Amino acid sequence: MEIDPFIFRLSIFILSIFVGYYVVWSVTPSLHTPLMSVTNAISSVIIVGAIIAALSGSDGVVFSSSSIYGFLAIILAAVNIFGGFLVTQRMLAMYKKKKKDK
Amino acid sequence: MSANLSAILYLVSGVLFILALRGLSSPETSRQGNLFGIIGMVIAVTVTFLSVGNFSSGFIYVLIFLAIGGSIGAFIAYRIPMTAMPELVAGFHSLVGLAAVFVAISAFINPAAFNLGIPGNIKLASLIEMAIGAAVGAITFSGSVIAFLKLQGIMSGAPITFKGQHLCNALLLILIVILTIYLCSTQSSNLFWILIGVSFLIGFLIIIPIGGADMPVVISMLNSYSGWAAAGIGFTLENTALIITGALVGSSGAILSYIMCKGMNRSFFNVILGGFGATEQTTAGQSKEKRPVKSGNADDAAFLMKNASSVIIVPGYGMAVAQAQHALREMVDTLKKNDIKVSYAIHPVAGRMPGHMNVLLAEANVPYDEVFELEEINNDFANADVAFVIGANDVTNPVAKTDPQSPIYGMPVLDVEKCKSVLFVKRSLSPGYAGIDNDLFYKENTLMLFADAKKMTEDITKNL
Repeated sequence: MEIDPFIFRLSIFILSIFVGYYVVWSVTPSLHTPLMSVTNAISSVIIVGAIIAALSGSDGVVFSSSSIYGFLAIILAAVNIFGGFLVTQRMLAMYKKKKKDK
Repeated sequence: MSANLSAILYLVSGVLFILALRGLSSPETSRQGNLFGIIGMVIAVTVTFLSVGNFSSGFIYVLIFLAIGGSIGAFIAYRIPMTAMPELVAGFHSLVGLAAVFVAISAFINPAAFNLGIPGNIKLASLIEMAIGAAVGAITFSGSVIAFLKLQGIMSGAPITFKGQHLCNALLLILIVILTIYLCSTQSSNLFWILIGVSFLIGFLIIIPIGGADMPVVISMLNSYSGWAAAGIGFTLENTALIITGALVGSSGAILSYIMCKGMNRSFFNVILGGFGATEQTTAGQSKEKRPVKSGNADDAAFLMKNASSVIIVPGYGMAVAQAQHALREMVDTLKKNDIKVSYAIHPVAGRMPGHMNVLLAEANVPYDEVFELEEINNDFANADVAFVIGANDVTNPVAKTDPQSPIYGMPVLDVEKCKSVLFVKRSLSPGYAGIDNDLFYKENTLMLFADAKKMTEDITKNL
């Protein structure tokens, strides 16, 4: 009997939870705020679904009832992607070590 | 693009996201990690465009909307002050939640575009995944909006409770499960809309009873929810990048909430089911007898610090409110010029989100290797001459170690009282969030400095 592809996705999901668990425990506590902003940025990869939804309209009809939701989701996710990565970048640039000459 | 190739590229972007989080294990590698995250995102978006392969007029609109959202995001990212980071993160979570809801709605209306069947006859598994994604997304959205309003001060930070609250929430949760089951058997779009509506409502109800200082837990929890919502949608779309990311973010948020709860010695359910304030207020009123307090001015504080050889600084949320981090660093610079050793002690729940204080100190150019976590520095208080508490309160209260009756008993606290002398910058003697008196105020070796944190710090610098 063939294995349902769902099972493969479930395996990826479960294993990723474990990867996430160990990776996040190794994050230094002083970087917990950047951790939140970067996880926020990467979870906006949901934009993938938004793009598919937005381009689902049939020929000539750009804005159908379903693609409008896609376009709205694109705006929201784009705010998050750009905002999330840039604010993380800005924060991380501030973390500096003590100057050696002191 | 072939389905197999795009699946592999989605996997690559998932791996890059893992590396992005991995980079945060130290500040040196963190910037590189962020770059990996950006590359991962670019790959995921490009692959989606190529695999849809529809470069009609709709494609132009996608780019336009992407640019609109992107510029809003970039504008916010550059303008936001570091003290407003908790609000920003809460606001961003709400966007992820709402985006998940929109994608789920779109997939429900037009399942054919996602290969999920036809309207009224959507594959069962997809429908369940869609319902979960939409429900969790809606909860994330309304919960984050409330958290944002509370952090921004538009809504009072005090817990809002009413009779039968827990029962009401429990019933609504059961209702969500029932609606999902009915939705699967009938495929009715009305049920789908009701499901989303109820989920919005429950997100709102879950967050209103949680008070201001518990926000670190709430934000981490919503972070986790936004991940699970993304994973739910990822299953619907059969997209590995989304599934991996959802799982990463979900477990990251869950770990952060666990760390925050441990920092307060409270169980997750205790925090979620309503604040300290609501249940423990009775203990606050008991020990109200007037005890003598020594108070001083900037001159006294400067004198004490000038004669010290080591000083430990304990910042808290009050420092963020008073925007005192730059003034504080100037004071420390002056101390260092006088060959005084200075370090910073950060309690896990100081501030309104995990790592809040570290970001503020980094903003003020404090080198991160002078900043220590509770376990790293707690033994040093006994050997330090002066502890300078600025804007922190409950996290220094020795009662947590001595009085089993106290609501904060067992919470890990900074051993500030072991210092030779303690300088406590605070505006009044009012109790902190936990609603209890801080014994530290009345200790022999404590000098209270009643003033605004920023002004006091500046005055001390002048007197040094």
